[in-house]
Amino acid sequence: MKNNERIIESLLFLSAITALVIVSMILIFLLKEGGPFLLRTGISDFILGMKWNPDPVAGEPAYGIFPMIVGSVYIATGSLIFAVPLGVSCAVFLVEVAPIWVQSVIRRGIELLVGIPSVVLGFFGLVLLVPLIREYFGGYGFSILAGSIILGIMALPHIISISADAIAAVPNAHKEASYALGATRWHTIWNVTLPSAKSGIIAAVILGMGNSIGETMAVLMVAGNSTVLPEPIIDVLDPVMTMTANIVIGMNYATGEYQEALFATGIILFLMIVILNGISYHMLRSGKIIQ
Amino acid sequence: MLENETIEIESIDINLWYDDIQALKDISIKLPKNKVTAIIGPSGCGKSTFLRCINRMNDLIKTCRVTGELLCGSTDIYGKDIDVITLRKRIGMVFQKPNPFPMSIYDNIAYGPRIHNNLNKNGLNDLVEESLRSAALWDEVKDKLNKSAFSLSGGQQQRLCIARTLAVKPEVILFDEPCSALDPISTTRIEDLIGKLKKDYTIIIVTHNMQQAARASDYTAFFLLGEMIEFGKTKHIFEKPKQKSTEDYITGRFG
Repeated sequence: MKNNERIIESLLFLSAITALVIVSMILIFLLKEGGPFLLRTGISDFILGMKWNPDPVAGEPAYGIFPMIVGSVYIATGSLIFAVPLGVSCAVFLVEVAPIWVQSVIRRGIELLVGIPSVVLGFFGLVLLVPLIREYFGGYGFSILAGSIILGIMALPHIISISADAIAAVPNAHKEASYALGATRWHTIWNVTLPSAKSGIIAAVILGMGNSIGETMAVLMVAGNSTVLPEPIIDVLDPVMTMTANIVIGMNYATGEYQEALFATGIILFLMIVILNGISYHMLRSGKIIQ
Repeated sequence: MLENETIEIESIDINLWYDDIQALKDISIKLPKNKVTAIIGPSGCGKSTFLRCINRMNDLIKTCRVTGELLCGSTDIYGKDIDVITLRKRIGMVFQKPNPFPMSIYDNIAYGPRIHNNLNKNGLNDLVEESLRSAALWDEVKDKLNKSAFSLSGGQQQRLCIARTLAVKPEVILFDEPCSALDPISTTRIEDLIGKLKKDYTIIIVTHNMQQAARASDYTAFFLLGEMIEFGKTKHIFEKPKQKSTEDYITGRFG
């Protein structure tokens, strides 16, 4: 009996640490493959380098991923510009306004949106969005704008569900106090409910940003994959390449130092997402303490 | 009994249902102006429900249905073209648990005036000070108006909520068991405050605490199972109640 329990306990422990082990193994692998290259090239040269030419016909290869970092941040930020106002408004509607049946219909729809494979969304962007942008806004169509819209759609469900939880967690007593002072529903939402849910909503936004930076397939299909900075830098109709797209595009045939450079790109990506997740975790926790 | 009083709130045959459960039955009562009226009764007797009819907080509950007539002065509270916003400005409410907003002390008080009045900065400052003074809180908070309201003690928070209600200059203030979450000393301070406020406001207080009703009110209504059993001067209700069930409740035989 005693032995049995010990076996069950250790099995449970093993399952519990699996995720941790996998993450550490990935990290170790990334560092082993990309680390030496990073040190050799110099981290700042790698991050701030403007030129990416890993496989030159003649001359020295160049490994600078700055344009891709800009591309990733650009598209992720752009996706939030679409997703945050839309997502937070939708969350407010769901929690504060919608009758139960409307709420459940919309929530089903949102769950479906999560289930759409990113390659399908990318395909949708490719055949619909890119030509539309080309026609109505000009340029090449494959662009920061296209990537941002597609990623915005992908970030929407996460932002809606986390914000909705945060809004629903605002104590009823705050809202009642506001109504009792003669505030309207909108005044209450804007001045009491949303500020109280602020930390949860910010956490949702940062988490969404992390998701967007890490997303690959859809963005690869619509962003145009250019390894130079947009010109001028604010031109959202210019194509960019994200760090994730860089890895996917190169991975099939890269060898030697080129391959190491891709792993190094992975390290930088990993770090950015860890930082974003850390901030979001912190926001969620500090929010709980306030309430 | 009410011959020398002006009537502020008059309820005529108020019935209230949550879905098909009747929570109030034919409540008819006249509440005098500038007096404290206590509503007492065991849990679930409908006293808080009745209180929430007066400023229409029950509107927030979707399944709630009200019939009958409720007047505030000459205003029909459940009238067709009543503006709930204006009504709630006239009839303020203080809740069971202190519920300050997660904002600074100053912003808590300024919340109502910012909705209803168009005051300049000085006007608002004066109003905040005046409201905090009337709620006997000014001396304790005047140096930390920008601190979070949550930094105050429970009793201070409840006085802050009273000050917040005063800042919109209501005519009537509804207190829904305002001391049930407070210690005895804070309770005494709130009761003293209520005694002072009746000079300028009509006060209706729902309470579980019979000593509190006896100490703080001029009139008392006894509710039981959704009906109003007895209403009269507090002294009469506590010394010689007419109804047997009132006497049983007051002497602690049930409740």
